[in-house]
Amino acid sequence: MSSDAPLLEVRNLKKHYPITEGVLKRQVGNVRAVDGISFAVERGETVGLVGESGCGKSTAATSLLRLEEPTDGEVLFEGRDITEYDKKELKRFRREAQMIFQDPTSSFDPRMSVGESVAEPLTVHGMRDRERRRRIVKDLLERVGLSADDIDRYPHEFSGGQKQRIGLARALVLNPKLIVADEPVSALDVSIQAEILSLMKDVQTEFGLGMLFISHDLSVVREICDRVAVMYLGEIVEFAATDELFENPQHPYTRALLSSIPQPDPTKRGSAVELSGDVPSPSNPPSGCRFHTRCPEVIPPEGYDFEQKTWRSVMDLRVRLGRDGVNAEAVREFVASESGQEPESVPADRVRAEIRREFDIPEELSDPRAEEVLSTALRHLANDEQAEGRELLAEEFETVCESSAPELRRTPAGHVASCHLVSEAESNAVSTPSTGD
Amino acid sequence: MTEPLLSIRNLKTHFHTDEGTVRAVDGVSLDVDRGETVCVVGESGSGKTVTAESITRLIPEPPGEIVDGTVRFDGEDVTAMSEKQLEALRGGRIGHIFQNPQGALNPVYTVGWQIREAIQLHDKKAKDKEARERAIDLLDRVGIPDATSRIDDYPHEFSGGMKQRIVIAMALASNPDLLIADEPTTALDVTIQMQILRLLNQVQEEFNTGIVMITHDLGVVAEVADRVVVMYAGKVMEEGDVYEIFENPSHPYTRALLECLPGRGEKMSAIGGSLPSTTSPPDGCRFHPRCPYAVGDCEIGEQPPMYAVDDGDHAVSCVHFEPGADPSVVLGEDGSDAVGGARADGGDETGGDAR
Repeated sequence: MSSDAPLLEVRNLKKHYPITEGVLKRQVGNVRAVDGISFAVERGETVGLVGESGCGKSTAATSLLRLEEPTDGEVLFEGRDITEYDKKELKRFRREAQMIFQDPTSSFDPRMSVGESVAEPLTVHGMRDRERRRRIVKDLLERVGLSADDIDRYPHEFSGGQKQRIGLARALVLNPKLIVADEPVSALDVSIQAEILSLMKDVQTEFGLGMLFISHDLSVVREICDRVAVMYLGEIVEFAATDELFENPQHPYTRALLSSIPQPDPTKRGSAVELSGDVPSPSNPPSGCRFHTRCPEVIPPEGYDFEQKTWRSVMDLRVRLGRDGVNAEAVREFVASESGQEPESVPADRVRAEIRREFDIPEELSDPRAEEVLSTALRHLANDEQAEGRELLAEEFETVCESSAPELRRTPAGHVASCHLVSEAESNAVSTPSTGD
Repeated sequence: MTEPLLSIRNLKTHFHTDEGTVRAVDGVSLDVDRGETVCVVGESGSGKTVTAESITRLIPEPPGEIVDGTVRFDGEDVTAMSEKQLEALRGGRIGHIFQNPQGALNPVYTVGWQIREAIQLHDKKAKDKEARERAIDLLDRVGIPDATSRIDDYPHEFSGGMKQRIVIAMALASNPDLLIADEPTTALDVTIQMQILRLLNQVQEEFNTGIVMITHDLGVVAEVADRVVVMYAGKVMEEGDVYEIFENPSHPYTRALLECLPGRGEKMSAIGGSLPSTTSPPDGCRFHPRCPYAVGDCEIGEQPPMYAVDDGDHAVSCVHFEPGADPSVVLGEDGSDAVGGARADGGDETGGDAR
């Protein structure tokens, strides 16, 4: 609990939501929205939390502010665990940590003037002197680039960008130490985004704030953050200084995410890494590395010789078998309708070929031993013996990516990432990634 | 020279409101050929969506009205069509894809039912069984895995990206010649966005479809466009071949828009000021109140005509590109880079701008 403790330190934070069923609300499972994340935010520093929708970044924000009770883990604010705060301490914490939301329109009461909205936190925290409140609000409005005369106007009189400025003023009014901004510029046009981002930067420097910046947009994150944590399905998969992350991404997910940002340069078109499938459900996350169901660099099974692309295709088949299964009857029906035959007269080898086509698996694998396993499995599938096919593939084509979960490790690049591909480098597992770059 | 698939000339779509006439689209011209993707790019309020909706007259009339101009689709004037002809056109030879796939699908019917409806609406002879087979084929083409068994699922059983694929399948149901896609990937994650953009590209190659894509994202434009139309406050500022536009952006607005993109590793500069009033837009160039290169001529008369830039497919509505004028005012001496900071004070006339 020394004074040089980071402003905010999150240790192994988890937030699970129960899934209930029936009138008795029996709990049948958990949505593991945030599943053990650790990071720290220093004073005067902006840390980015990026990921696709459903990765848990917003839940992380609400849990670490204790707007929702975390399921597990510690959140240390200036060295003290906020999950153990009593009511009075929590109220104090509410003053020191503020939040900015995505939609500036819905975060204001349309019947309150801007001055009232911005001053409301002051009233809540016991400032009774109306004149003083107005003085503070007027000063803040000017600092965020509006005019002191705007104090008596109403939210609808302002544009989206201006409303977000007011949101920032309201977050600053209690002189906080930490600001959590959840997608603060996503609803704004690019030309307005630039203004708000530079305003946030200025304000942060001026007030020496720690800031947690949550966004799905990597280009925005690059503009404002000092360090960035990349989240996937409730976990942090990579954490690095911003330049480091953009120049030398270590996790395949980070690489895919970076290459998916459309660049304003038509000569670079078509260079994106394509990910197969969708983000899996956090109620039943994949085993091992959670990204293995989509990873273009998923590690091939030992003892077999695969081309990476072909291996990804075979993995896609395996992933599907593990989820929805492959319906041989439906495949037969599909082949029948394409060729104008009756489903019963479609030969089994056509069904097998169709499955290969659907998953983009070549007609014959280059490694004869792998080919033998695959064709046996496909024969099972065509005969409606799904379980046999699935088990055979799972047993023979086992990959380290699904059997064991990689830890966040220091990579040769100097920062941390959780991927089996990099963990082989000289490295030690690190427990607190806050020190990891 | 053959006529383009879609040809919009001097389109003016206005909305008559209590506060006056909103000139949402105020004299827009553009052409789309078969197999070509034309991106209409602009910020909110630029009139890009109203332009797209005017093509098949989806705008509510009243208050909306196409007050002037023509929209010719495959040689026929859409603005003169009867409601019945329009119904055959919408979802028939012209397919629509909207931003929010959730809103485009009916939650109480299976996706198969909805695609079949789209097929049978425009092909009255198609029997249920045949329509179902075609629906399965469409789902397979747009990359829905295991289409045969998923066809009887309801929209909520699909993810956002999958829903957008289904919407694309519905739009393709009638083998359209033209697809109008209004921000088709804005509601999706980046990794899914890339999948959908590639799908549209495949579809286009396969069917030789013309695509009008409306977007605010210059990255998406660079990824898919053949030609680009940059709109601002109801007017076209610049248009041309996609490589021309990105290599040699000429209108001060286009240049400013590129300058304020985040994450390029270069300094961002905001445009300053805000969109002009749509009920009483400024005289002259609509962008002049925010333009760092505005001169006296910019403030009078009409929006400047489209002047050719170089010899290629590239034109710009800016007085500095008038024959005899000096484009280096905007482009800088070497004509390559040099983008001046946008006017810092905003120079806004309407008041209430971001300062």
